Amino acid sequence: MIELLALNPSWWQETFLIKVPIGLLAVLLPAGTIVYLYLFKAISFMQSRLGPMEAGPYGSLQLLAEVGKWIQKEDIFPSKADKFVFAAAPFVVLMSTFLLVVVIPAGPDALFVDLDAGIYLAMAVSSVSVIGILMAGWSSANKYSLLGGIRAAGQLIAYELPLILAVVGVVIQAGTMNMQGIVLAQAEGEILGWGGIGNPFILTQFIGFFIFMIAVQAELTQAPFDMPVAESELVTGYLTEYSGIRFLLFFIGEFASAGVFSAIAAVLFFGGWYVPGIDAGSQVFNVIGPLVLATKTMLIAFLIFWFRFTFPRFREDQLQRLAWKFLIPLSLANIAITGVLKVAV
Amino acid sequence: MVAQNVFFAILALLMIVSALKVVTTNNIVHAALWLVLVLAGVAGQFLLLGAEFVGVTQILVYIGAVIVLLLFGVMLTKASIGDEENINMPNRVLPAVIGTLMFAVMSYSIIDSYRGKELPKETVTNAAMVSDSIFSDYIIPFEAVSVLLLAALIGAVVIARKEVA
Repeated sequence: MIELLALNPSWWQETFLIKVPIGLLAVLLPAGTIVYLYLFKAISFMQSRLGPMEAGPYGSLQLLAEVGKWIQKEDIFPSKADKFVFAAAPFVVLMSTFLLVVVIPAGPDALFVDLDAGIYLAMAVSSVSVIGILMAGWSSANKYSLLGGIRAAGQLIAYELPLILAVVGVVIQAGTMNMQGIVLAQAEGEILGWGGIGNPFILTQFIGFFIFMIAVQAELTQAPFDMPVAESELVTGYLTEYSGIRFLLFFIGEFASAGVFSAIAAVLFFGGWYVPGIDAGSQVFNVIGPLVLATKTMLIAFLIFWFRFTFPRFREDQLQRLAWKFLIPLSLANIAITGVLKVAV
Repeated sequence: MVAQNVFFAILALLMIVSALKVVTTNNIVHAALWLVLVLAGVAGQFLLLGAEFVGVTQILVYIGAVIVLLLFGVMLTKASIGDEENINMPNRVLPAVIGTLMFAVMSYSIIDSYRGKELPKETVTNAAMVSDSIFSDYIIPFEAVSVLLLAALIGAVVIARKEVA
Protein backbone atom coordinates (compact mmCIF):
# COMPACT_ATOMS: atom_id res chain seq x y z
CA MET A 1 0.00 0.00 0.00
CA ILE A 2 2.69 2.44 1.05
CA GLU A 3 4.97 1.35 -1.80
CA LEU A 4 2.16 2.27 -4.22
CA LEU A 5 2.30 5.88 -3.07
CA ALA A 6 6.07 5.93 -3.67
CA LEU A 7 6.77 6.98 -0.10
CA ASN A 8 9.60 5.63 1.98
CA PRO A 9 8.87 6.54 5.61
CA SER A 10 11.04 5.50 8.55
CA TRP A 11 9.69 3.03 11.11
CA TRP A 12 8.68 5.82 13.52
CA GLN A 13 7.00 7.87 10.81
CA GLU A 14 5.17 4.84 9.50
CA THR A 15 3.94 3.93 12.97
CA PHE A 16 2.85 7.29 14.33
CA LEU A 17 1.83 9.13 11.17
CA ILE A 18 0.20 6.31 9.22
CA LYS A 19 -0.63 3.24 11.29
CA VAL A 20 -1.88 4.85 14.52
CA PRO A 21 -4.32 7.31 12.83
CA ILE A 22 -5.59 4.58 10.46
CA GLY A 23 -5.96 2.21 13.42
CA LEU A 24 -8.00 4.80 15.36
CA LEU A 25 -10.17 5.30 12.29
CA ALA A 26 -10.54 1.54 11.80
CA VAL A 27 -11.86 1.17 15.35
CA LEU A 28 -14.00 4.31 15.68
CA LEU A 29 -15.63 4.45 12.23
CA PRO A 30 -17.26 0.99 12.39
CA ALA A 31 -18.25 1.66 16.03
CA GLY A 32 -20.02 4.90 15.03
CA THR A 33 -21.66 3.26 12.03
CA ILE A 34 -22.91 0.39 14.19
CA VAL A 35 -24.35 2.75 16.79
CA TYR A 36 -26.17 4.88 14.21
CA LEU A 37 -27.35 2.17 11.81
CA TYR A 38 -28.26 -0.53 14.32
CA LEU A 39 -28.63 0.91 17.84
CA PHE A 40 -30.44 4.07 16.70
CA LYS A 41 -32.17 3.06 13.47
CA ALA A 42 -32.57 -0.72 13.07
CA ILE A 43 -34.01 -1.19 16.57
CA SER A 44 -36.38 1.73 15.99
CA PHE A 45 -37.74 0.22 12.78
CA MET A 46 -38.15 -3.16 14.52
CA GLN A 47 -40.24 -1.36 17.14
CA SER A 48 -42.29 0.59 14.55
CA ARG A 49 -40.82 4.01 15.33
CA LEU A 50 -38.49 6.36 13.49
CA GLY A 51 -35.60 6.81 15.92
CA PRO A 52 -33.55 10.03 15.89
CA MET A 53 -34.69 12.37 13.09
CA GLU A 54 -33.75 15.91 14.14
CA ALA A 55 -29.94 16.12 14.18
CA GLY A 56 -28.80 16.12 10.55
CA PRO A 57 -30.48 14.24 7.67
CA TYR A 58 -32.38 11.25 9.13
CA GLY A 59 -30.72 11.92 12.48
CA SER A 60 -27.30 10.95 11.18
CA LEU A 61 -25.52 13.53 13.36
CA GLN A 62 -27.27 12.36 16.52
CA LEU A 63 -24.16 10.46 17.62
CA LEU A 64 -21.99 13.61 17.47
CA ALA A 65 -24.56 15.41 19.61
CA GLU A 66 -24.49 12.55 22.12
CA VAL A 67 -20.68 12.55 22.28
CA GLY A 68 -20.70 16.31 22.83
CA LYS A 69 -23.19 15.86 25.65
CA TRP A 70 -21.12 13.17 27.39
CA ILE A 71 -17.91 15.16 27.15
CA GLN A 72 -19.55 18.18 28.82
CA LYS A 73 -20.93 16.14 31.72
CA GLU A 74 -19.27 16.07 35.13
CA ASP A 75 -16.88 13.18 35.73
CA ILE A 76 -18.24 11.96 39.07
CA PHE A 77 -16.27 9.72 41.43
CA PRO A 78 -18.15 7.97 44.26
CA SER A 79 -16.72 9.19 47.59
CA LYS A 80 -15.78 5.69 48.79
CA ALA A 81 -14.42 4.53 45.43
CA ASP A 82 -10.84 3.44 44.84
CA LYS A 83 -10.06 6.52 42.73
CA PHE A 84 -7.11 5.33 40.66
CA VAL A 85 -8.52 1.91 39.76
CA PHE A 86 -11.91 3.49 39.05
CA ALA A 87 -10.31 6.00 36.68
CA ALA A 88 -8.10 3.44 34.92
CA ALA A 89 -10.70 0.70 34.28
CA PRO A 90 -12.22 2.12 31.03
CA PHE A 91 -8.75 2.51 29.53
CA VAL A 92 -7.92 -1.16 30.16
CA VAL A 93 -11.09 -2.17 28.30
CA LEU A 94 -10.37 0.22 25.41
CA MET A 95 -6.73 -0.90 25.17
CA SER A 96 -7.84 -4.48 24.70
CA THR A 97 -10.15 -3.43 21.83
CA PHE A 98 -7.49 -1.33 20.13
CA LEU A 99 -4.94 -4.16 20.30
CA LEU A 100 -7.41 -6.48 18.57
CA VAL A 101 -7.60 -4.38 15.41
CA VAL A 102 -3.83 -4.68 14.90
CA VAL A 103 -4.01 -8.23 13.55
CA ILE A 104 -6.86 -7.76 11.04
CA PRO A 105 -5.65 -7.60 7.42
CA ALA A 106 -7.59 -5.42 4.96
CA GLY A 107 -5.68 -6.27 1.77
CA PRO A 108 -2.57 -8.10 0.50
CA ASP A 109 -0.34 -5.22 1.70
CA ALA A 110 -2.88 -3.15 3.64
CA LEU A 111 -2.23 -4.48 7.14
CA PHE A 112 -0.78 -3.23 10.41
CA VAL A 113 1.47 -6.17 11.36
CA ASP A 114 1.77 -9.60 9.80
CA LEU A 115 2.02 -11.69 12.95
CA ASP A 116 2.70 -15.38 12.65
CA ALA A 117 0.30 -16.12 15.53
CA GLY A 118 -2.24 -13.41 14.56
CA ILE A 119 -5.54 -15.02 15.58
CA TYR A 120 -3.90 -16.39 18.73
CA LEU A 121 -2.87 -12.86 19.74
CA ALA A 122 -6.43 -11.65 19.09
CA MET A 123 -7.87 -14.33 21.38
CA ALA A 124 -5.28 -13.50 24.07
CA VAL A 125 -5.78 -9.71 24.15
CA SER A 126 -9.57 -10.00 24.00
CA SER A 127 -9.40 -11.76 27.38
CA VAL A 128 -7.63 -8.76 28.95
CA SER A 129 -10.82 -6.67 28.89
CA VAL A 130 -12.23 -8.85 31.72
CA ILE A 131 -9.65 -7.32 34.04
CA GLY A 132 -10.91 -3.83 33.18
CA ILE A 133 -14.50 -4.89 33.89
CA LEU A 134 -13.53 -6.48 37.23
CA MET A 135 -11.58 -3.31 38.12
CA ALA A 136 -14.65 -1.18 37.34
CA GLY A 137 -16.98 -3.42 39.33
CA TRP A 138 -14.76 -3.64 42.39
CA SER A 139 -13.56 -0.03 42.61
CA SER A 140 -17.04 1.52 42.43
CA ALA A 141 -17.74 0.56 46.09
CA ASN A 142 -21.26 -0.42 45.11
CA LYS A 143 -22.76 -3.87 45.54
CA TYR A 144 -24.57 -3.78 42.20
CA SER A 145 -21.34 -2.86 40.44
CA LEU A 146 -19.47 -5.67 42.19
CA LEU A 147 -22.19 -8.20 41.31
CA GLY A 148 -22.13 -7.02 37.69
CA GLY A 149 -18.34 -7.31 37.55
CA ILE A 150 -18.40 -10.84 38.98
CA ARG A 151 -21.17 -11.88 36.60
CA ALA A 152 -19.19 -10.47 33.68
CA ALA A 153 -16.05 -12.34 34.72
CA GLY A 154 -17.89 -15.65 35.17
CA GLN A 155 -19.51 -15.23 31.78
CA LEU A 156 -16.34 -14.25 29.95
CA ILE A 157 -14.35 -17.15 31.46
CA ALA A 158 -17.08 -19.58 30.38
CA TYR A 159 -17.41 -18.30 26.82
CA GLU A 160 -13.73 -17.77 26.10
CA LEU A 161 -13.29 -21.55 25.80
CA PRO A 162 -15.89 -22.15 23.04
CA LEU A 163 -14.63 -18.99 21.29
CA ILE A 164 -11.05 -20.26 21.13
CA LEU A 165 -12.09 -23.86 20.36
CA ALA A 166 -14.29 -22.66 17.48
CA VAL A 167 -11.30 -20.80 16.04
CA VAL A 168 -9.16 -23.97 16.30
CA GLY A 169 -11.35 -25.65 13.64
CA VAL A 170 -10.61 -22.80 11.22
CA VAL A 171 -6.90 -22.88 12.09
CA ILE A 172 -6.73 -26.63 11.39
CA GLN A 173 -8.42 -26.19 8.05
CA ALA A 174 -6.32 -23.20 7.00
CA GLY A 175 -3.13 -24.76 8.35
CA THR A 176 -1.98 -21.44 9.82
CA MET A 177 -2.72 -19.00 12.65
CA ASN A 178 -1.69 -16.05 10.49
CA MET A 179 -4.74 -13.93 9.60
CA GLN A 180 -3.42 -13.21 6.10
CA GLY A 181 -2.77 -16.95 5.66
CA ILE A 182 -6.36 -17.72 6.68
CA VAL A 183 -7.67 -15.26 4.05
CA LEU A 184 -5.45 -16.76 1.35
CA ALA A 185 -6.39 -20.31 2.36
CA GLN A 186 -10.03 -19.38 1.74
CA ALA A 187 -9.25 -17.56 -1.52
CA GLU A 188 -7.24 -20.46 -2.96
CA GLY A 189 -9.21 -23.29 -1.35
CA GLU A 190 -11.50 -25.75 -3.09
CA ILE A 191 -14.69 -27.45 -1.94
CA LEU A 192 -14.67 -31.07 -3.14
CA GLY A 193 -12.40 -30.17 -6.01
CA TRP A 194 -14.37 -27.11 -7.14
CA GLY A 195 -12.62 -23.80 -6.58
CA GLY A 196 -15.06 -21.42 -8.26
CA ILE A 197 -15.62 -19.25 -5.19
CA GLY A 198 -12.62 -20.47 -3.19
CA ASN A 199 -13.49 -22.03 0.13
CA PRO A 200 -15.09 -19.51 2.52
CA PHE A 201 -14.97 -21.38 5.83
CA ILE A 202 -18.61 -20.52 6.56
CA LEU A 203 -19.44 -23.41 4.19
CA THR A 204 -17.10 -26.01 5.68
CA GLN A 205 -16.90 -24.72 9.25
CA PHE A 206 -20.54 -23.74 9.78
CA ILE A 207 -20.58 -25.42 13.22
CA GLY A 208 -17.53 -23.35 14.14
CA PHE A 209 -19.26 -20.19 12.90
CA PHE A 210 -22.38 -20.99 14.92
CA ILE A 211 -20.33 -21.50 18.11
CA PHE A 212 -18.13 -18.48 17.37
CA MET A 213 -21.09 -16.10 16.98
CA ILE A 214 -22.82 -17.31 20.18
CA ALA A 215 -19.56 -16.97 22.11
CA VAL A 216 -18.95 -13.50 20.63
CA GLN A 217 -22.44 -12.44 21.66
CA ALA A 218 -21.63 -13.52 25.22
CA GLU A 219 -18.12 -12.00 25.17
CA LEU A 220 -19.61 -8.65 24.14
CA THR A 221 -22.26 -9.00 26.91
CA GLN A 222 -24.97 -8.18 24.36
CA ALA A 223 -28.51 -9.41 25.03
CA PRO A 224 -29.52 -12.27 25.44
CA PHE A 225 -26.28 -12.53 27.44
CA ASP A 226 -26.45 -9.10 29.15
CA MET A 227 -26.72 -10.27 32.77
CA PRO A 228 -23.65 -8.21 33.81
CA VAL A 229 -25.55 -5.01 33.00
CA ALA A 230 -29.09 -6.38 33.53
CA GLU A 231 -30.93 -3.10 34.09
CA SER A 232 -33.93 -4.66 35.86
CA GLU A 233 -31.72 -6.45 38.40
CA LEU A 234 -28.44 -4.57 38.81
CA VAL A 235 -29.19 -0.95 37.71
CA THR A 236 -26.45 -1.16 35.02
CA GLY A 237 -24.00 -3.52 36.71
CA TYR A 238 -20.37 -2.46 36.59
CA LEU A 239 -21.32 0.74 34.69
CA THR A 240 -23.62 2.02 37.45
CA GLU A 241 -21.27 4.61 38.96
CA TYR A 242 -19.72 5.81 35.70
CA SER A 243 -20.71 9.11 34.15
CA GLY A 244 -19.52 11.60 31.56
CA ILE A 245 -16.41 10.81 29.57
CA ARG A 246 -15.61 7.54 31.35
CA PHE A 247 -19.06 6.18 30.54
CA LEU A 248 -18.45 7.28 26.96
CA LEU A 249 -15.20 5.29 26.91
CA PHE A 250 -17.00 2.13 28.06
CA PHE A 251 -19.70 2.80 25.46
CA ILE A 252 -17.11 3.17 22.68
CA GLY A 253 -15.38 0.03 23.94
CA GLU A 254 -18.61 -1.97 23.75
CA PHE A 255 -19.49 -1.01 20.18
CA ALA A 256 -15.92 -0.90 18.91
CA SER A 257 -15.34 -4.45 20.11
CA ALA A 258 -18.59 -5.50 18.43
CA GLY A 259 -17.14 -4.10 15.20
CA VAL A 260 -13.72 -5.66 15.71
CA PHE A 261 -15.13 -9.11 16.54
CA SER A 262 -17.37 -8.88 13.46
CA ALA A 263 -14.27 -8.10 11.40
CA ILE A 264 -12.47 -11.11 12.91
CA ALA A 265 -15.49 -13.29 12.06
CA ALA A 266 -15.43 -11.86 8.51
CA VAL A 267 -11.76 -12.81 8.17
CA LEU A 268 -12.15 -16.27 9.69
CA PHE A 269 -15.35 -17.38 7.98
CA PHE A 270 -16.11 -15.08 5.02
CA GLY A 271 -12.76 -14.70 3.31
CA GLY A 272 -11.84 -11.29 4.76
CA TRP A 273 -10.90 -8.81 2.03
CA TYR A 274 -11.24 -11.38 -0.78
CA VAL A 275 -14.10 -11.50 -3.29
CA PRO A 276 -14.30 -14.37 -5.78
CA GLY A 277 -13.46 -13.60 -9.39
CA ILE A 278 -10.34 -11.48 -8.89
CA ASP A 279 -6.87 -12.98 -8.45
CA ALA A 280 -5.98 -12.90 -4.73
CA GLY A 281 -2.51 -11.49 -5.38
CA SER A 282 -3.89 -8.56 -7.38
CA GLN A 283 -3.01 -5.02 -6.26
CA VAL A 284 -6.68 -4.12 -6.72
CA PHE A 285 -7.38 -5.63 -3.30
CA ASN A 286 -5.27 -2.99 -1.57
CA VAL A 287 -7.91 -0.46 -2.64
CA ILE A 288 -11.17 -2.43 -2.58
CA GLY A 289 -10.08 -4.85 0.18
CA PRO A 290 -10.85 -2.47 3.09
CA LEU A 291 -14.28 -1.71 1.58
CA VAL A 292 -15.05 -5.42 1.06
CA LEU A 293 -13.98 -6.18 4.63
CA ALA A 294 -16.04 -3.27 6.00
CA THR A 295 -19.14 -4.49 4.12
CA LYS A 296 -18.76 -8.04 5.43
CA THR A 297 -18.10 -6.67 8.94
CA MET A 298 -21.29 -4.62 8.89
CA LEU A 299 -23.39 -7.56 7.70
CA ILE A 300 -22.05 -9.75 10.53
CA ALA A 301 -22.52 -6.93 13.06
CA PHE A 302 -26.15 -6.79 11.95
CA LEU A 303 -26.50 -10.45 13.03
CA ILE A 304 -25.16 -9.58 16.50
CA PHE A 305 -27.58 -6.68 16.93
CA TRP A 306 -30.50 -8.54 15.42
CA PHE A 307 -30.11 -11.15 18.18
CA ARG A 308 -29.63 -8.38 20.74
CA PHE A 309 -32.91 -6.70 19.83
CA THR A 310 -35.08 -9.80 19.54
CA PHE A 311 -34.08 -12.27 22.27
CA PRO A 312 -35.07 -12.14 25.96
CA ARG A 313 -32.35 -12.39 28.60
CA PHE A 314 -31.09 -15.79 29.84
CA ARG A 315 -30.90 -16.69 33.50
CA GLU A 316 -27.39 -16.97 34.98
CA ASP A 317 -27.54 -20.78 35.39
CA GLN A 318 -28.92 -21.25 31.84
CA LEU A 319 -26.00 -19.21 30.52
CA GLN A 320 -23.41 -21.34 32.30
CA ARG A 321 -25.13 -24.56 31.27
CA LEU A 322 -25.23 -23.51 27.62
CA ALA A 323 -21.49 -22.84 27.61
CA TRP A 324 -20.17 -25.81 29.57
CA LYS A 325 -22.63 -28.55 28.65
CA PHE A 326 -23.46 -27.69 25.05
CA LEU A 327 -21.00 -25.35 23.32
CA ILE A 328 -17.72 -26.77 24.66
CA PRO A 329 -18.52 -30.44 23.87
CA LEU A 330 -19.85 -29.38 20.46
CA SER A 331 -16.71 -27.41 19.66
CA LEU A 332 -14.47 -30.31 20.79
CA ALA A 333 -16.41 -32.62 18.48
CA ASN A 334 -16.01 -30.06 15.70
CA ILE A 335 -12.22 -30.04 16.22
CA ALA A 336 -12.07 -33.84 16.16
CA ILE A 337 -14.13 -34.09 12.94
CA THR A 338 -12.17 -31.29 11.27
CA GLY A 339 -8.89 -32.97 12.19
CA VAL A 340 -10.00 -36.33 10.79
CA LEU A 341 -11.32 -34.78 7.56
CA LYS A 342 -8.20 -32.64 7.15
CA VAL A 343 -6.06 -35.79 7.12
CA ALA A 344 -8.50 -38.01 5.23
CA VAL A 345 -9.65 -35.70 2.40
CA MET B 1 23.33 0.03 22.85
CA VAL B 2 20.49 -1.06 20.62
CA ALA B 3 16.82 -0.23 21.00
CA GLN B 4 16.19 -3.73 22.39
CA ASN B 5 18.44 -3.06 25.38
CA VAL B 6 16.64 0.20 26.12
CA PHE B 7 13.26 -1.48 26.05
CA PHE B 8 14.62 -4.37 28.12
CA ALA B 9 15.71 -1.88 30.78
CA ILE B 10 12.34 -0.10 30.77
CA LEU B 11 10.42 -3.37 31.05
CA ALA B 12 12.75 -4.76 33.71
CA LEU B 13 12.39 -1.60 35.80
CA LEU B 14 8.61 -1.74 35.47
CA MET B 15 8.61 -5.40 36.50
CA ILE B 16 10.84 -4.85 39.54
CA VAL B 17 8.81 -1.89 40.82
CA SER B 18 5.52 -3.74 40.28
CA ALA B 19 6.85 -6.92 41.92
CA LEU B 20 7.88 -4.91 44.98
CA LYS B 21 4.44 -3.30 45.07
CA VAL B 22 2.79 -6.75 44.93
CA VAL B 23 4.35 -7.71 48.24
CA THR B 24 4.26 -4.30 49.98
CA THR B 25 0.76 -3.04 49.15
CA ASN B 26 -1.86 -3.30 51.90
CA ASN B 27 -4.78 -4.16 49.64
CA ILE B 28 -5.19 -7.61 48.17
CA VAL B 29 -6.89 -6.47 44.93
CA HIS B 30 -4.14 -3.91 44.37
CA ALA B 31 -1.60 -6.71 44.81
CA ALA B 32 -3.35 -8.73 42.09
CA LEU B 33 -3.44 -5.72 39.75
CA TRP B 34 0.29 -5.04 40.29
CA LEU B 35 0.87 -8.71 39.47
CA VAL B 36 -0.83 -8.08 36.10
CA LEU B 37 1.89 -5.53 35.32
CA VAL B 38 4.65 -8.00 36.30
CA LEU B 39 3.21 -10.71 34.05
CA ALA B 40 2.62 -8.24 31.20
CA GLY B 41 6.30 -7.31 31.56
CA VAL B 42 7.28 -10.98 31.20
CA ALA B 43 5.16 -11.19 28.03
CA GLY B 44 6.89 -8.04 26.77
CA GLN B 45 10.31 -9.59 27.39
CA PHE B 46 9.35 -12.68 25.39
CA LEU B 47 8.12 -10.50 22.51
CA LEU B 48 11.36 -8.52 22.67
CA LEU B 49 13.29 -11.77 22.22
CA GLY B 50 11.18 -12.62 19.17
CA ALA B 51 9.43 -15.50 20.93
CA GLU B 52 6.03 -14.40 19.73
CA PHE B 53 4.14 -17.61 20.47
CA VAL B 54 5.43 -17.86 24.05
CA GLY B 55 4.69 -14.17 24.68
CA VAL B 56 1.11 -14.49 23.49
CA THR B 57 0.67 -17.66 25.56
CA GLN B 58 1.91 -15.72 28.59
CA ILE B 59 -0.82 -13.11 28.03
CA LEU B 60 -3.56 -15.69 27.40
CA VAL B 61 -2.74 -18.03 30.28
CA TYR B 62 -1.45 -15.74 33.02
CA ILE B 63 -3.28 -12.44 32.47
CA GLY B 64 -6.41 -13.77 30.77
CA ALA B 65 -6.98 -16.82 32.96
CA VAL B 66 -4.90 -17.02 36.15
CA ILE B 67 -5.26 -13.39 37.24
CA VAL B 68 -8.93 -13.27 36.27
CA LEU B 69 -9.63 -16.38 38.37
CA LEU B 70 -7.60 -14.89 41.23
CA LEU B 71 -9.54 -11.60 41.13
CA PHE B 72 -12.79 -13.53 40.76
CA GLY B 73 -12.05 -15.60 43.88
CA VAL B 74 -10.91 -12.58 45.91
CA MET B 75 -13.98 -10.55 44.97
CA LEU B 76 -16.36 -13.42 45.78
CA THR B 77 -14.95 -13.77 49.29
CA LYS B 78 -13.59 -10.48 50.62
CA ALA B 79 -12.39 -7.46 48.76
CA SER B 80 -12.64 -4.32 50.85
CA ILE B 81 -11.53 -1.01 49.42
CA GLY B 82 -8.67 0.78 51.19
CA ASP B 83 -5.85 -0.54 53.36
CA GLU B 84 -6.34 -3.73 55.33
CA GLU B 85 -4.76 -4.76 58.63
CA ASN B 86 -2.75 -7.94 59.11
CA ILE B 87 -2.44 -8.65 55.40
CA ASN B 88 1.36 -8.89 55.39
CA MET B 89 3.14 -11.88 56.87
CA PRO B 90 4.79 -11.12 60.22
CA ASN B 91 7.65 -13.55 59.61
CA ARG B 92 9.96 -11.87 57.10
CA VAL B 93 13.34 -13.49 57.78
CA LEU B 94 12.70 -16.93 56.33
CA PRO B 95 11.19 -15.70 53.03
CA ALA B 96 14.07 -13.23 52.67
CA VAL B 97 16.61 -16.05 53.09
CA ILE B 98 14.78 -18.29 50.60
CA GLY B 99 14.47 -15.41 48.12
CA THR B 100 18.17 -14.60 48.36
CA LEU B 101 19.13 -18.25 47.91
CA MET B 102 16.87 -18.60 44.85
CA PHE B 103 18.33 -15.43 43.37
CA ALA B 104 21.89 -16.66 43.99
CA VAL B 105 21.27 -20.11 42.47
CA MET B 106 19.52 -18.72 39.38
CA SER B 107 22.04 -15.96 38.73
CA TYR B 108 24.93 -18.41 39.19
CA SER B 109 23.44 -20.97 36.80
CA ILE B 110 22.58 -18.35 34.16
CA ILE B 111 26.00 -16.66 34.33
CA ASP B 112 27.78 -20.02 34.43
CA SER B 113 26.09 -21.41 31.35
CA TYR B 114 25.81 -18.29 29.17
CA ARG B 115 28.87 -16.16 30.00
CA GLY B 116 30.63 -15.16 26.82
CA LYS B 117 28.27 -17.18 24.65
CA GLU B 118 26.16 -15.63 21.94
CA LEU B 119 22.78 -17.17 21.24
CA PRO B 120 22.25 -18.19 17.61
CA LYS B 121 20.24 -15.72 15.56
CA GLU B 122 17.90 -18.42 14.32
CA THR B 123 16.00 -19.38 17.46
CA VAL B 124 12.61 -21.04 17.70
CA THR B 125 10.23 -18.23 16.89
CA ASN B 126 7.18 -19.18 14.92
CA ALA B 127 4.34 -21.39 16.03
CA ALA B 128 5.06 -24.15 13.51
CA MET B 129 8.61 -24.55 14.82
CA VAL B 130 7.35 -24.61 18.43
CA SER B 131 4.83 -27.33 17.62
CA ASP B 132 7.38 -29.31 15.59
CA SER B 133 9.77 -29.41 18.51
CA ILE B 134 7.01 -30.20 21.05
CA PHE B 135 5.69 -33.12 19.01
CA SER B 136 9.08 -34.60 18.12
CA ASP B 137 11.91 -33.93 20.60
CA TYR B 138 9.75 -33.18 23.63
CA ILE B 139 6.82 -35.55 23.10
CA ILE B 140 7.32 -37.44 26.39
CA PRO B 141 7.48 -34.35 28.66
CA PHE B 142 4.50 -32.99 26.75
CA GLU B 143 2.46 -36.15 27.36
CA ALA B 144 3.51 -36.20 31.02
CA VAL B 145 2.33 -32.61 31.46
CA SER B 146 -0.98 -33.44 29.75
CA VAL B 147 -1.58 -36.37 32.11
CA LEU B 148 -0.69 -34.18 35.10
CA LEU B 149 -3.15 -31.48 34.00
CA LEU B 150 -5.85 -34.08 33.39
CA ALA B 151 -5.29 -35.50 36.87
CA ALA B 152 -5.55 -31.99 38.38
CA LEU B 153 -8.75 -31.38 36.41
CA ILE B 154 -10.37 -34.61 37.60
CA GLY B 155 -9.22 -33.87 41.16
CA ALA B 156 -10.84 -30.42 41.02
CA VAL B 157 -14.11 -31.93 39.79
CA VAL B 158 -14.09 -34.57 42.55
CA ILE B 159 -13.40 -31.99 45.28
CA ALA B 160 -15.99 -29.49 44.03
CA ARG B 161 -18.70 -32.05 43.38
CA LYS B 162 -21.52 -32.43 45.91
CA GLU B 163 -22.42 -35.98 46.86
CA VAL B 164 -25.87 -36.81 45.52
CA ALA B 165 -27.70 -38.90 48.12
